[in-house]
Amino acid sequence: MEAPTYRVPRYLKLLAFGFVLVWVLTAAFPFAWTVWGSFKVQADFFSYGDWTDALDGPATTAQTGGAFTLDAYRGVWIDNEFWKPALNTIIVTVSVTAISLTLGTLGGYALARSGYRYAFWILLAALIFRAMPGVTLVSGYLLPFFELNIWGKLPTAIIVLVALNQPFTLWLLHAFFLSIPRDLDESALVDGCTRFQAFRLAIIPVMWPGVITAGIFSFLTGYSDFVISAAILSEENQTMIPRIAAFLGSVQLRGQIMYAVAATVSVIVPLIILVLFFQKRIVSGLTAGAVKG
Amino acid sequence: MPHLTFAKFIFPSLAAMFIFIALPIVSVVYQSFFIEHEQIMQEVETCDPFSCKTERRIDPEAMIALRAEQPAGRFNGLGTYTDSAHLAFDEIARIWRASPDILTALDRITDLPFYRALLFTFAYTAVVTPASIALGFFVALAVNQIPKLIRGIVVYFSLLPMIVPSLLGSLILFWMIDSRGIIGSSLQVLFNDPTLSLKASPVLTWITLFSYGTWNSTPFVFIIFFAALQTVPRDTLEAAMVDGASRWDRVRFVVAPHLANVATFLVLVSVMDNFRVFEAIIGFSAQAHASSLSSVIFNDLRSGDVPLFGSAAATSIMTIICIALLMSPSIRRTWISFRAKA
Repeated sequence: MEAPTYRVPRYLKLLAFGFVLVWVLTAAFPFAWTVWGSFKVQADFFSYGDWTDALDGPATTAQTGGAFTLDAYRGVWIDNEFWKPALNTIIVTVSVTAISLTLGTLGGYALARSGYRYAFWILLAALIFRAMPGVTLVSGYLLPFFELNIWGKLPTAIIVLVALNQPFTLWLLHAFFLSIPRDLDESALVDGCTRFQAFRLAIIPVMWPGVITAGIFSFLTGYSDFVISAAILSEENQTMIPRIAAFLGSVQLRGQIMYAVAATVSVIVPLIILVLFFQKRIVSGLTAGAVKG
Repeated sequence: MPHLTFAKFIFPSLAAMFIFIALPIVSVVYQSFFIEHEQIMQEVETCDPFSCKTERRIDPEAMIALRAEQPAGRFNGLGTYTDSAHLAFDEIARIWRASPDILTALDRITDLPFYRALLFTFAYTAVVTPASIALGFFVALAVNQIPKLIRGIVVYFSLLPMIVPSLLGSLILFWMIDSRGIIGSSLQVLFNDPTLSLKASPVLTWITLFSYGTWNSTPFVFIIFFAALQTVPRDTLEAAMVDGASRWDRVRFVVAPHLANVATFLVLVSVMDNFRVFEAIIGFSAQAHASSLSSVIFNDLRSGDVPLFGSAAATSIMTIICIALLMSPSIRRTWISFRAKA
């Protein structure tokens, strides 16, 4: 039952509605605009005349015969072999997610069930590690990696990203395992299971919601990384985002800026679709640590 | 859980963090005390049909041998920290003596590479953190007032600026503010100035970067505040209403205190994230007008044939110290609350 005084006056509702509308446009319009523009030629998307050229595309029609063109995509994916960095990104992302989750679930479970003081210290250390920008560690990696001759290889970047991602994964999964009743695995222990059997038989079947949430954030770490991949991977093992950064200098000079636009859209569209499917999980992952304070 | 079982479960995760986070910090500290080798010169006699002359050249073989023997370079102690690319003590002393007043001196000091980056990084953090927290708070309040049916869509679109990698997000905006892009050309019309370019002046570049940062960090703040708003105790709200509290009073005395803890958390996380600003500077091609601590480190590692490990390491250590100072109040609070519980 709602008290009548709880009603919000009409003008305030309208104000809120207008404000939300402005915000949604600010947040989403740049993406819609760039996705649309990636099917035009440069003379339209970066028009000397009027920005409305990007809408009706006179130059695109003149140059290619249609109002939309795949020229930029063809140029970047085939001529510039963007499929290679795309493949590397897939390898890195899948491996980072799988390894992060394996290490994170074991560690997070242990932290949630330990009860000793050192568990707190590990979590605090993880928090401090989480605050450290990746780039400050890069100069620490390069020299040893050169010496060990593991610089430039995909597994090196994968394990570094896993390690950098561990603090957040540990915190998230530790919080999630705390929300699973202790009785569940403790009754398995009473029935004569070892700790690992209890984990396997009682916890693994119910842990998937938390693991999927943590998995999305691990995926994003691997997929979005720029600094680590740019510094640690050699040219032929490069992933997509450093590749786009490397593009920028060259395409601007050769008047092929639409290649960079098409590459950017190719990278963000999978993310936009990912959010569509996993919105609830992303939100729950973001709020997991925060709301409890 | 017994110690041994705990150790078995946590070992892989802890080992990964130890080898790739803790040890590299040691490695960074070590490298910051070293500097690149001096170039070994050799006398080379070159003869053409007419004459012979000797010149001094770099001896590549000797350099390779030396680098293989001492990969970190030669010992420099704290020299890298105080050189002109970092804390620049000599330069500051000179500027101090030569400047007529404090403002001129400060102005000249912030032109030194390290202080320039430090100033931008702090300015970015100091502007973007409060701006995104305020904006995110109002978006959360507003979304809380719209029908439940469309909230999901609003949350979906709100997530996009945060989910998209910073480099790409900033590139997308960079193309739009280009003088031939939609925002850039509209601004030219709006201000009736066909030469207006957001990339031209340092002030406009800074404003652009700050706006980008706010756009990028608001979604997270909004999501957290919005979730927290759903847990505001209704009983207290209704009791306040029965007592005759106005709408504003309710926000001030019930909602705001409820959100206070969340706000502290947001300040901590936002400061941490904003302080590492870096990709936006590359995305906006803003290196000429702005540099952050992270971008200075990255440039050192990307410079020429031999990365400037020592210089990058020294900047890294000073960045880590800054972050430790920024975080110390909240770590202290976590510690005190843990002690109170124990």
